Amino acid sequence: MPFKPTPQKFNASIKEVVIGTGDKALTLGGEQVLPLYSFDGEIKNPPKVGVEITDNGPDKNIPGIAAFYAGADTVPDAAAKACSMPGVSFISLALEGADPNGANKSVDDCVALCKAVSDKVTLPLVIQGSGNMEKDKELFPKIAEALQGKNVLLLSAKEENYKPIAVAAVQAYGQKIGAESSVDINLAKQLNVLVSQMGITANSVVMNVGCAVAGYGFEYVASTMERIKGAALVQNDTMLQMPIITPLGTDAWSVKETVVSEEDFPEWGPLEARGVNMEVSTAVAVLAAGSNAVILRHPESIATISKFISDLM
Amino acid sequence: MALKGLDIFKLTPKTNCKECGTPTCMAFAMKVAQGALTLDKCPHMSPEALAQLGEATAPPMKAITIGAGDKAYTLGGETVLFRHDKTFVSKSLYAVSVCSDCVDKKLPEIAKIDYERISERMFVELVSVEYKGDKAAFVETVKKAQAANRTLILDVKDLDAAKAALEIVKAGKPVLNGANESNYKEMSALAIEAGVALGVGGANLDAIYDTVKALETLGNKNLIIDVGTVSVKAAFANAVQIRRAALKDGDRSFGYPSLVNIAKLASGNAAMQTALASLFTVKYGSIVVLESMNYAQALPLYGLRQNIYTDPQKPMKVEPGIYPINGADENALCATTVDFALTYFIVSGEIERSGIPVNLLISDAGGYSVLTAWAAGKLSASSMAKFIKEQGVEDKIKSRSLIIPGKVAVLKGELEESLPGWKIIVAPGEAVGVVKFLKELTA
Ligand code: B12
Ligand code: SF4
Repeated sequence: MPFKPTPQKFNASIKEVVIGTGDKALTLGGEQVLPLYSFDGEIKNPPKVGVEITDNGPDKNIPGIAAFYAGADTVPDAAAKACSMPGVSFISLALEGADPNGANKSVDDCVALCKAVSDKVTLPLVIQGSGNMEKDKELFPKIAEALQGKNVLLLSAKEENYKPIAVAAVQAYGQKIGAESSVDINLAKQLNVLVSQMGITANSVVMNVGCAVAGYGFEYVASTMERIKGAALVQNDTMLQMPIITPLGTDAWSVKETVVSEEDFPEWGPLEARGVNMEVSTAVAVLAAGSNAVILRHPESIATISKFISDLM
Repeated sequence: MALKGLDIFKLTPKTNCKECGTPTCMAFAMKVAQGALTLDKCPHMSPEALAQLGEATAPPMKAITIGAGDKAYTLGGETVLFRHDKTFVSKSLYAVSVCSDCVDKKLPEIAKIDYERISERMFVELVSVEYKGDKAAFVETVKKAQAANRTLILDVKDLDAAKAALEIVKAGKPVLNGANESNYKEMSALAIEAGVALGVGGANLDAIYDTVKALETLGNKNLIIDVGTVSVKAAFANAVQIRRAALKDGDRSFGYPSLVNIAKLASGNAAMQTALASLFTVKYGSIVVLESMNYAQALPLYGLRQNIYTDPQKPMKVEPGIYPINGADENALCATTVDFALTYFIVSGEIERSGIPVNLLISDAGGYSVLTAWAAGKLSASSMAKFIKEQGVEDKIKSRSLIIPGKVAVLKGELEESLPGWKIIVAPGEAVGVVKFLKELTA
């Protein structure tokens, strides 16, 4: 008697969001099965991998990263080079330096950088803000204006600042926004509801539901994402059907395992391998829980995750 | 298939005597069907009824024990597909595979991975010995692996070799991973005789299913299902479908723990080994066999596993109080953090590493991380001040220097106001910075 599998293909589907323009444009979402369950039904748009570059340029202290970007001395040059990184589908520029509690770069400087990067890259662009709500509120509308026609994704709008960002970015300039919440299905839903009440359709919204790396409270992230995909597909909750994007470059390279030197912890071996494995392990875990895109830093992690995804499709 | 309440009701005495604690036999039957009560709560069930129902009301997935003594582990016994539905009970175990050529090199490497993280010992629990066609070499390798003091997996389909190896190591209750559609009868006899769990594989799900059924008919239910090495996609599809068939669709023939051999699925690619090990840790690999394990791989993997296998109904908390570290006495500096177990272990570990005596003050922050507690209003200047009063810190400790986590630097001003006489010092945001910070502070 052969085994009778009962495939779980749902009538509901994750909404599709297009980022970028032309033949390199990418689509997130569209699937009608649980994350990575290609055996239950086709995954229309397999998850995508992006590479993160901060406004200070790639981290040249990591040999593999330094080697890849050798010769690319400016941020726009690095971004251009990143487009040729095997496995990469989009570029993510993180405006860390805009944070008022850090380098506090001016809005004009940031906009100019985004413009310069956008002019050089051939892949779709995702812009990560400063992390400071007030600053992002000023920053994103200006960036949205400067990059009109590029169909970029602006990460992220939070409950506290989504209004001006949504109005300017999506309604005025046709960009896409990320709705960021902190590891909680109800908060994620609430923000999607608020954004949709402004007349913005799901096809312009990607969720960033928060992240923690492997070993650092990841269970909450896994359960939040799994519950969101369950609500979206099993219960057809339209307010949770937006695709999920998860930037994890910063977190992955800032925990003890990935910052202490080999000198201090000789048995742990080279820092670079620890960072790569932390990126890989966390990326796999969020993809399995429901992310439609991950943002990483190291060429080896990116190649690995990209192959991992295609192996499963 | 899972039984419906009505099917169970038909077999109760229907006397409504209430001894089971429910008002009627019908109510009892419903509870049993939901898994809320077990059959033994009714003292009046006939032996025939029990026999008939016992099988059907048994847990959907068997718990299988492998290994012996302090190296015994339970696999399986899961009841849910998602941890938020209840909890995962048996964490994935990691194995490293060895063969005659590499065993001498690999065993010392395996031994190096051994450390503690939040009260859990992290190490490679299992060693899988691969048969490569030469019985003598296999037996020799098994002997060497036995000396590594780990529970073994005998990865062998050859009967003679399996028999010879079991002779040597059967007391340690290894897994005999080698049954398939052509050899299962003999393999099963060997496994039963040695009292060990049998790994069952096959070219595809149908073949595996048929072989499991055949083994069950032979009376062997001490099984582990090998999801195979045809491709990454097939292995994942099998792992998910097997677990789902058992837990969601009530098909008990797939109600066994699983084994995934990623040493074979991604041979020679360490980063891909980490990727696949992570995948099968979150999705349904009871035993994950890797090609090797170094710290770069272990640190995220074991962290991930520890997270996924925590009970979502029980927050991991430590008791609030004063924790003296490095022999701190009343003159030592004070530092503070939250009562979230993860945070406590990271911070106290780093302070220990600095060697500098510190009184670590753990306040009741609802078991949350620093920023979560702060955002939830459970870590504030007033909660800290209240804690210091209630614990009588000022009577017990003479130092008036208090180091606060860098992530809540904003509390400095308010704390200075609510704790007159105290010097509030802001620490780095991440605990790793503590060693350098404390050394400079006390220099
Ligand atoms: C998991 C998580 C949760 C879990 C709780 C887990 C827990 N037990 O704490 C849940 C889902 C319940 C949760 C809830 C909330 N969360 Co939350 N959560 C997280 C998440 C993803 C990880 C937290 C974690 O486990 N960190 C690991 C621990 C070890 O970190 P830690 O305690 O800070 O300790 C480190 C350092 O601070 C340092 N350190 C600690 N103490 C000390 C002491 C000294 C002396 C030194 C030197 C160093 C030091 O050492 C550690 C390692 O370096 C973070 C985002 C992230 N990636 O960090 C958000 C986050 C902390 N949450 C956030 C928020 C807003 C919330 C909510 C308020 C959301 C809401 N509105 O409901 C709620 C609050 C709780 C409630 N009301 O129920 C925000 C906080 C924003 C802010 N800047 O204030 C964050 C940052 C997410 C975000 N980006 O928005 N959360
Ligand atoms: S104890 Fe048995 S017989 Fe009595 S009410 Fe409960 S189920 Fe019925």
